[in-house]
Amino acid sequence: MDHPIKRDHARFRKIVKGKVRDNLRKYVSQGQQIIPKGDDKFTVPMPSIDIPRFKFGDKSEGGSGQGEGQPGDPVEGEPGEGQPGQGEAGEGEGQKELEVEMDIEELAKILGEELELPNIEPKGKKQMASTVDKYTSIGTVGPDSLKHLKRTYKQALKRQMATGIYDPKNPRVIPIRGDYRYRSADTKVEMENAAVVIYMMDVSGSMGEEQKEIVRTESFWINLWLKSQYKDIEMRYIIHDATAKEVDEETFFRTRESGGTLISSAFKLCKHIIDTDYDPNEWNIYPFHFSDGDNWSADDTKMCMSLLDDSILPSSNMFCYGQVESRYGSGQFYKDLNSRYQKDHDKVILSKIKNKEAILDSIKDFLGKGK
Amino acid sequence: MLRTNPISGDFLQLQKEIQAYADEFGLDYFPQVFEMCNYDTINILAANGGFPIRYPHWKFGMDYDQLSKGYRFGIQKIYEMVINTNPCYAYLLEVNNWLDQKLVMAHVYGHNDFFKNNAWFSNTNRKMMDVMANHGTKIRRYMEKYGQERVERFIDKALSIENLLDINYLFETNDVIQSRKSKEDLARREDENGGYVFDDRSSALKSFMRGQDKIQKPEELSEEEFASAVVAEEDVGKGERDIMRFLIQHAPIEEWEADIIGCLREEAYYFLPQRITKIMNEGWASYWHSTIMTTRAMNSNEFVDFADKHAGVMVMSKQNINPYKVGIELYRDIEFRWNTGRFGKDYNECESLEEKESWNKNLGLGRDKIFEVRKSHNDISFIDEFLTPEFCNRQQLFTYKYNPRSGRMEIDSRDFEAIKQKLLTQLTNFGQPIIEVDDANFMNRKELLLKHVHQGVDLDMQFASETMKNIFAIWKRPVNLGTKYEDKEVIFHFDGKELKHLNK
Repeated sequence: MDHPIKRDHARFRKIVKGKVRDNLRKYVSQGQQIIPKGDDKFTVPMPSIDIPRFKFGDKSEGGSGQGEGQPGDPVEGEPGEGQPGQGEAGEGEGQKELEVEMDIEELAKILGEELELPNIEPKGKKQMASTVDKYTSIGTVGPDSLKHLKRTYKQALKRQMATGIYDPKNPRVIPIRGDYRYRSADTKVEMENAAVVIYMMDVSGSMGEEQKEIVRTESFWINLWLKSQYKDIEMRYIIHDATAKEVDEETFFRTRESGGTLISSAFKLCKHIIDTDYDPNEWNIYPFHFSDGDNWSADDTKMCMSLLDDSILPSSNMFCYGQVESRYGSGQFYKDLNSRYQKDHDKVILSKIKNKEAILDSIKDFLGKGK
Repeated sequence: MLRTNPISGDFLQLQKEIQAYADEFGLDYFPQVFEMCNYDTINILAANGGFPIRYPHWKFGMDYDQLSKGYRFGIQKIYEMVINTNPCYAYLLEVNNWLDQKLVMAHVYGHNDFFKNNAWFSNTNRKMMDVMANHGTKIRRYMEKYGQERVERFIDKALSIENLLDINYLFETNDVIQSRKSKEDLARREDENGGYVFDDRSSALKSFMRGQDKIQKPEELSEEEFASAVVAEEDVGKGERDIMRFLIQHAPIEEWEADIIGCLREEAYYFLPQRITKIMNEGWASYWHSTIMTTRAMNSNEFVDFADKHAGVMVMSKQNINPYKVGIELYRDIEFRWNTGRFGKDYNECESLEEKESWNKNLGLGRDKIFEVRKSHNDISFIDEFLTPEFCNRQQLFTYKYNPRSGRMEIDSRDFEAIKQKLLTQLTNFGQPIIEVDDANFMNRKELLLKHVHQGVDLDMQFASETMKNIFAIWKRPVNLGTKYEDKEVIFHFDGKELKHLNK
């Protein structure tokens, strides 16, 4: 049996998850608070979950220390830090800022529940069924090593009560052959499926740091959700001004170009990537495009639409356009797309992201359809 | 669930050896039990304050989470864990090397001797392992009966006042012993009358129940008596610093709630002596591991490792004084002074620096003196009595404070008086604000008025207001806190909805 502290630990984790859920909006709007850490793990900073007590506030009172230095020399660090030595049976204070580790599934579940996101039904031939055995159910036959004692005795108790043998004064429960219960395997069919997310972003002069920060945060949560939905997922990144090029994630968020904007250049590259690497029959394809809504000319916008109609939309699960508000952007592209697709095309999802607070709603716009 | 193993073989041999040295030096200890465990177990024990079983609460899980992470990332590692019980249990970490184990054992004998002999520990319950386990069982039962959520939420509230203790209760003066005896007699009589037969209730609960009884039997009192009793209530609790006890006796709470506060209070008082003797206790244990290792137990080939480990423990910090370091050095200083006779009127009034410098009366009283000191002092009196300007100088002690102009912490002073004052302030009331009951019937409306005895440092109001919310949940009437904030006398008032302040 596990030590009872594991139960305390589980309880603590549950409280923490509740906190994350309560503060989801804050975590999302403040961007980089949740830090990815290695494979499928994240650290979430947790503001005081601690038990409140009367304590001294004013740290400027300082303290006492030991070492070299003249009056006036700086003392690095906070009072209370750097407590060296061995740990004594600690009923002490010394609470540090809490950081909690969560894995991708927990975090995605919270996001999903909070935004009421539907699960995605993947498409494509790459759906190969694979079976996994999990011991989640109970059977009446099985080997002794899988005997489920609790269920067995429960069954015996039920039988004894039903047949009137059970005597509360002498509560003896003796299982007979038919009472035995065993853990048994359920065969689950899991689908192999794969998805690719293609991010496109306008990096022309009008997209500032704040706009990029919004895109970065939004893509973090979109990735998180899609990762939890697909077994196999790839990310591709395209930046463009008047020309487009494919970059890695790092460059995607760092690059700043000046110059004009031809959105069609990105769409062309996107089409190229899909055509060469991702067979729509096998892949779930998610192109996302973020810009501030300025395009060079109406002609280019027209070209964009025909690219969408002819190749991108037919091969994708959906096409998402997020328009980040900026001081310079006209927002014309949103209007154009809206007038064209709003009515009759459920594969095109448009969302306006006014500021950081709006990120969560925009994520819901994008992912709320379950495609 | 048993996760620790008694030591055997070579380790038992080692314990025998170290124990023989402890005997030789005259350490006086409880029977010592060493158990071996892995890092996960020692993390569990550390999160549980050293005990295998505690009551169920998420805060232990939180501490365990932090400790496990600290270990995994190599940030911190617990070498040893020793608890104040008789027999005294200490846990060794199985991955430690031979020298570490030796050092830890010697260190533990120092702690053990301190637990047994220091006066402030004289009333701690040495069977605390059982008590803790019983509290666990009891609270688990309450959870089954009243629901986990509900009980847990109440524990959260009660933990908010866990640091509001009265140090004086650690000592039983004759008066206290008398009154305790008479209470026990009363309890026994009640038992005989069949009044309260369940013995697993905390003693605090029993007095709570007697209190309830009194309130519930007003018909026995005449009108006049009742009136005078009510008048007397005005002074109820005034000056009481043991807020937990006060609330057990006077807050309108249910029996199980009172019992839970009683359990937490008992545990808080059990840990209190360790909080007020941190420097002395660690210093004493370090003094002995150092003495035993360097003069007896260490092989010559272990010297470098020992020096490395010892230095790691003794590392000086600029942000905080290291209790191990200051403690051991202060004991050594006292030993030196009493060996050479550098104390008393003659020495203090001697005006020749040269003479003072070479003062040696060859008294050889040092060892005896430090044994005496470890018996009767706590950190405050230890610093107050034995800190000297020479010591501060040698140990490079200083005070620091925030400089608003440069926006950083800066070394403030190396003046003896200033350092001593700072240290004493930090140690006062084990570093916690002093809070006492001022009026249990404030504004004649059964509101609770608490007073923060302001000693120069303001309270953290964020925390204070959350704490007041929790006290409100127990007291069930508005809670007020009189304090000084930003140089103004104020009373903060929490009425269940919001925190206001009434200016005085």
